[in-house]
Amino acid sequence: MTLYVVRRLATAIGVVAGVIVLTFVIARLVPGDPAATWAGPHASAAQIAAARRFLGLDRPPAVQLVSYFGGILTGNWGVSIHTHRPVLSDIGNAAPASIELVTAALIIAVIVAVPLGLVSARWPGRAADHTIRAGSILGVSMPIFWLALILQLLLSDRLHLLPAAGEFAPGLLFSHPLTRVTGFGLIDAPLTGNWPMFGSILAHLVLPALVVAAYPAGLLTRMIRAQVLDTIGDTHVQMVRALGFSETTVYARFAMKLAWNPVAAALALVFGYALVNTFLVEAIFDWPGLGEYATASISSLDTPAILGVTLFIALVYVAANLVVDLIQATMDPRIRLR
Amino acid sequence: MIEAPAPFPAEAPVLPRGAALRRGLRANPLLVAGGIGSVLVVLVALFAPLLAPFPADAGSATHPFMVLQPPSAQHWFGTDDVGRDILSRVIYGARVSPLVAVLVLAIASAVGIPLGVVAGYFGGWLDEAIMRVTDIFLAFPPLLLALAFAAVLPASLTTVIIAIAVTWWPWYTRLIRGQAASVAGRPYVESCRALGIPAYRILLRHVLPNSVTPLIVQISLDFGGVILTASALSFLGLGAQDPVPDWGLMVAEGQNYFTTAWWVVTFPGLAILVTAFAFTLLGDGLRDLLDPKRTFLP
Repeated sequence: MTLYVVRRLATAIGVVAGVIVLTFVIARLVPGDPAATWAGPHASAAQIAAARRFLGLDRPPAVQLVSYFGGILTGNWGVSIHTHRPVLSDIGNAAPASIELVTAALIIAVIVAVPLGLVSARWPGRAADHTIRAGSILGVSMPIFWLALILQLLLSDRLHLLPAAGEFAPGLLFSHPLTRVTGFGLIDAPLTGNWPMFGSILAHLVLPALVVAAYPAGLLTRMIRAQVLDTIGDTHVQMVRALGFSETTVYARFAMKLAWNPVAAALALVFGYALVNTFLVEAIFDWPGLGEYATASISSLDTPAILGVTLFIALVYVAANLVVDLIQATMDPRIRLR
Repeated sequence: MIEAPAPFPAEAPVLPRGAALRRGLRANPLLVAGGIGSVLVVLVALFAPLLAPFPADAGSATHPFMVLQPPSAQHWFGTDDVGRDILSRVIYGARVSPLVAVLVLAIASAVGIPLGVVAGYFGGWLDEAIMRVTDIFLAFPPLLLALAFAAVLPASLTTVIIAIAVTWWPWYTRLIRGQAASVAGRPYVESCRALGIPAYRILLRHVLPNSVTPLIVQISLDFGGVILTASALSFLGLGAQDPVPDWGLMVAEGQNYFTTAWWVVTFPGLAILVTAFAFTLLGDGLRDLLDPKRTFLP
């Protein structure tokens, strides 16, 4: 096991180093002179030269890469051109809201996908199976920025069922201001006994979470169907059936148990996907997370902020995959002995 | 390490080709639906000038007195904020993102396949180097890396194609490499080597044709995904620019009038959904038909 952990960690560190180099390369792709952009439209040649020295662009690329690397490792991710604050602290402020949104979406996705996947696998080839499979492909084919607008129009603008946008009702900012403890509104509000705020955040979360859930729900439904169909013929499942358990128990308890492992692995990947999908949704719902920060950075051509968010999500994604691999290796000796 | 060749699945009964195909199609109505839908999208793209009621509206025409008209007998999908017929723009849109997808998949295959074949066949340090590079690209969720590239390059359809292709090739390298490595160990390839046939001929004549089938399935599955990614980039303003009738861009443009003019956003978005849905159904059905054992992973 130790050998596996060491090997897996070494791979992850190598990948992280590569990811940092790749973001450095992307930053160099920006057309035009970054020093001139930094110095502004009416800067003199001397001012541009000063900006170039300030940004370190007068040094050889290898030296720049080393200092960029050092900066990333010591928490200096550059300064946002748009907010004039350090990129890493901006990300720290925005990340909790996105993590809340994606977690809520994945919870919805699992709640939807497990029963649908089981029903689909229980009666393969029947009408219910075809409908559920078509529905799950519809979920992964959904342009979620469009779904966001349509649901916002229907559920909020026309039917007034859910709030349209924002993190909480604006009035609460004065009557029940949120005290930041962890940065996660849904944790901080109950911690400080601020129940009106908790309810408001939850109500505002439903609509964006439903939209972000479309892709993971479709994907997980398909995975669960495939996994359950794969294991239903196994001898130990046949054994349970022979012992006289009902078909529902055979599927929901015994066949599903074996499906959880790949589903958990997929959840880690999907967490990364969904975090990127917030880019398409948060601005529409005015949800103050990474996606809204990223889209604001894109429209103001704020390269340090864009690459900071990119790097952050890539690191989360690598870490999630690492954690899943380690958990699976702990539970399943076949993986660590490979 | 070269893997042992997989044992041939024995349980499948051998049917004449036509009968097997008919049986597969009957068991999978979704494949048929996807196939019909995909053909329709291609036909709409080919015959756009004949089908569109106002072909000039696909470009930069303006009709100041026809602004934001709701759907009517004359304009089935209504008009947009400069009075252009949305139906015509949606029809011409079938020439934009599907073509982007074709180009992206072509570039990704042109880069990914040779690297994968070489890595799988030769193995050793070359394999190691190529695979570590793919590891880095695969450490990003695909939309994220495409977005980062597109965000620093000037906004255009060319940028969209480059940005997505750059993020897509490593998947194909991975897939082909595994196949090529298993083919490289088979006796017929070894006998080619023993006969002194040069490596490039073994690769082109024996390894490549025998490892490409799963890739073809994957490419057909990816078509919808690339269309979604391209529309997302255009929606964020990083891709097509007005007056190009790109569906993602049209959704973005309609956003500002959405509560009063729902049709501007609804129909182009529906076109994205229907196209991605049809191609994914098709790819998924093809995968089931050709390779029923593989499980679905992201």
